[in-house]
Amino acid sequence: MGARATRGGPGAIRPLRRLAVCGLAILTCAFAPGPLAPAGPVGAAERIILLDSLAIMLAIIVPVIVAILAFAWWFRASNTRAVHLPDWSYSGRLEFIVWSIPAMVVLFLGGIGWISSHDLDPARPLNSGPPAVEVQVVALDWKWLFIYPDQGVASVDALVLPAGAPVRFRLTSASVMNSFFVPALGSQIYAMAGMTTSLNLKAERPGVYPGLSAQFSGDGFSDMRFDTLAVTPDQFTAWVAAVKARRAALDQGAYASLARPSSNLAPFTYGAVTPGLFGWIVATTAPGNSPAEARVVAAASAQGAP
Amino acid sequence: MFGKLTWSAIPFDQPIPLAASAFVVVAILGLIALISVKGWWPYLWSEWITSVDHKRIGVMYFVLGMVMLLRGFIDALMMRSQQALAAGGAMGYLPPGHYDQIFSAHGTIMIFFVAMPFVIGLMNFVVPLQLGVRDVAFPVLNSVSFWLTATGVLLANLSLVIGEFAKTGWLAYPPLSELAYSPGVGVDYYLWSLQIAGLGTLMFGVNLVTTILKMRAPGMNYTRMPIFCWTALASTLLMVAAFPILTATFAMLLLDRYLGMHFFTNAGGGNAMMYINLIWAWGHPEVYILILPAFGVFSEVIATFSGKPLFGYRSMVVATMAICILSFLVWLHHFFTMGAGADVNGFFGVMTMIIAVPTGVKVFNWLFTMYGGRVRFNAPILWSLGFMVTFVIGGMTGVLLAVPPADFVLHNSLFLVAHFHNVIIGGVVFGVMAGYNYWFPKAFGFTLDEGLGKAGFWCWLIGFYLAFMPLYALGLMGMTRRMQHYANPAWQPFLILAAVGAVVILAGVGFQIAQLVVSIETRDRRRDLTGDPWNGRTLEWSTPSPPPAYNFAVMPTVTGIDAWWLMKKAGQPRAHTAYEPIEAPRNSAAGFVAAFFATMIGFAMIWHIWWLAIIGLFGAFAVVLASAWRARDEEIIPAAEIAKIEGARAAPEGAA
Repeated sequence: MGARATRGGPGAIRPLRRLAVCGLAILTCAFAPGPLAPAGPVGAAERIILLDSLAIMLAIIVPVIVAILAFAWWFRASNTRAVHLPDWSYSGRLEFIVWSIPAMVVLFLGGIGWISSHDLDPARPLNSGPPAVEVQVVALDWKWLFIYPDQGVASVDALVLPAGAPVRFRLTSASVMNSFFVPALGSQIYAMAGMTTSLNLKAERPGVYPGLSAQFSGDGFSDMRFDTLAVTPDQFTAWVAAVKARRAALDQGAYASLARPSSNLAPFTYGAVTPGLFGWIVATTAPGNSPAEARVVAAASAQGAP
Repeated sequence: MFGKLTWSAIPFDQPIPLAASAFVVVAILGLIALISVKGWWPYLWSEWITSVDHKRIGVMYFVLGMVMLLRGFIDALMMRSQQALAAGGAMGYLPPGHYDQIFSAHGTIMIFFVAMPFVIGLMNFVVPLQLGVRDVAFPVLNSVSFWLTATGVLLANLSLVIGEFAKTGWLAYPPLSELAYSPGVGVDYYLWSLQIAGLGTLMFGVNLVTTILKMRAPGMNYTRMPIFCWTALASTLLMVAAFPILTATFAMLLLDRYLGMHFFTNAGGGNAMMYINLIWAWGHPEVYILILPAFGVFSEVIATFSGKPLFGYRSMVVATMAICILSFLVWLHHFFTMGAGADVNGFFGVMTMIIAVPTGVKVFNWLFTMYGGRVRFNAPILWSLGFMVTFVIGGMTGVLLAVPPADFVLHNSLFLVAHFHNVIIGGVVFGVMAGYNYWFPKAFGFTLDEGLGKAGFWCWLIGFYLAFMPLYALGLMGMTRRMQHYANPAWQPFLILAAVGAVVILAGVGFQIAQLVVSIETRDRRRDLTGDPWNGRTLEWSTPSPPPAYNFAVMPTVTGIDAWWLMKKAGQPRAHTAYEPIEAPRNSAAGFVAAFFATMIGFAMIWHIWWLAIIGLFGAFAVVLASAWRARDEEIIPAAEIAKIEGARAAPEGAA
């Protein structure tokens, strides 16, 4: 009896598993490049949390839906076989269960929420693999500026990253709020004027992952798209070298003309960036700073920054 | 002389808004002409416009919600068709500036001018009847509240014809809504219409809280109140606590825009995060302001049509009041992606999940209310069952969004859009429709057509799933909201399916209009002579349909939960012989005239016509003074007249 069960078990499960894998593959295809088809550890962890929470809740929701339909149908007025309790309206035991079931589910999910909120905090560095690449992101009307402070280059509407290396983003906005979001990599975060937010992501393998703004920012919002190109480390080094060879430099003057509203630009790059430009952009829009104060802050950050 | 107002404010160069506004103008002129030709003005003026009867005001709120539902729904159809078309390189037929106004107007209108008038209308009509009293605490204030809401509606719709509406989304986040990025009048239309309507909502909240706390029938202590009154109390308490936040937040944005202050600007010490926190400190309680009365409707409907008392009354009350309090502790879940840090996000995530506990209890209690019952499948219970199934799905996706890391990838996606439509359509709209089918005979004395009503329900239900399940999928594919066009062609089939769903809902709306028209035409065959067509349990069913102006000739004495059910069981006669004169509030034009001046103030402020705003302010103040010092605010209905009305009502009953 037991032997037969173990013999039959894997045989019965294997096609099921194959079906599940197949289904997941199809789903992954259809849902690429979304949160269900992650290309990095953050996105992958978030998918697990999403699917686990969904499964936990479905275990309650599906029986409840079945019970709603079954109760309504069985206790229909024309069904004389159904038990009739016209005055029944209280049962201490049932009430206890009724409060307990959602409370237990929430206790469980709350634990998941609290722990995962800490594990996947966007500001938390990813401590794996090679040293992190730093990228400073500025949301403009209506395009994205990516500054690579360590490499001294910048790019507009194209984000090039070395695959396998953690990336540390610092984000701000030069005008209204936007939300920086590469669905395949995971977490999004707001970009807000006068403030910086932090985000840590990693692309596990080379590929092209579309990114976009998730926070409405005006007429050009729909075109605030960019491609994230995850390349091999060698290709990344080569890309930086190629960009550095370009004469276009991003200084305060070039930034001022870039910051003017425009949309649907072809991606382009700057071979040099004024040191401390990101700090200056944050400072010029920082709460409490008049333009004169901003100049002082900017001068200080230009001296201090590499 | 006319501030910023010039002929260029009228969109002669844009065919779609021009045609739409021309249609609206012609429709309104046609309606005015019809009323004038038929000579209905005196009737409308004395019986409706100046009425301070809570039942009439409730009906007017509801009609306002119905009209605006059509407006908001047309916006929805335009959005769905635009997104069904604008894939790949295509741009659709709505340019960004217009599309942005449409989604902003859709959200604003559906929440403030559809959902709010619907639930306020139901509460206004039902609560005093259920409490066994003759009116709300402040009848004239009630009329003023309604007309201020109507002013907000008028201003928001005026933006279609003169000028533009906000292009900022329905909550107008700064800095986008600041003068630097939205120099036009759109945001001003948004702010003034919501400020004025919000004032009306706050006054209604004060009014109903007072009514419920101070004016119940003899014997109706708190633990005997019908559950709808409890949910109304929770909802109006939230109005009183939350709407001042909204008013203050908008006032600060107005100061930024009009006087160059820096509450939320990028420069000069402003901080937009403050606005986002404040607006959601109002915004999250707001969704419970809407859903709690809907929960109340379902509780009444499921109990009545199961022929049983509600299961777990005390649990329901506790759950309702728990939601009322907890709703103020979850606002941050609307912006987990602001970067607040793991502890803050974790706390608000857990609090949000805790709110699901009392909500889950309610679902189980409705389930056990059906247990052992004899369920009659009339239209109201179909809406209730559709709600229970749909709402648990929406609740599940809501809890999913409450897990911060899940929200990091689903925030502002179409998954979120699907979630809140799932709970607002599946919860609030279904609740309102259940209440509409349930209480319509009480309000008008005849029942609504069942067949057309059920057809409408099925179209709404199927249309809802067709329209919003694809949006869940799109959110999981990484599509964010408010896109006028998009590059990924894989999204298009889902958006076409969603557009088909919207058309199915349109068919549902068509059936509902047909239901109303057919029911009015055949009203003589569907008269409700008993006053109790559903074998109801609560006091409103003890009155005739429609109830007389004074509701109850003799104040009922309440001996337990489901007061009317107990009276019926005890065989208590409804007809009395001895009546006393009743004091009734006199009609008042204060609400209408105040709204006239409020419209003047709003319009003048939007267009910077300062002299007109000053005249409006003086006018509104004069109305308040005149109303406060009016010589006679009540009249006496003599006992003989009451005896006559009650006798006429008793006659057909006696004959039957």
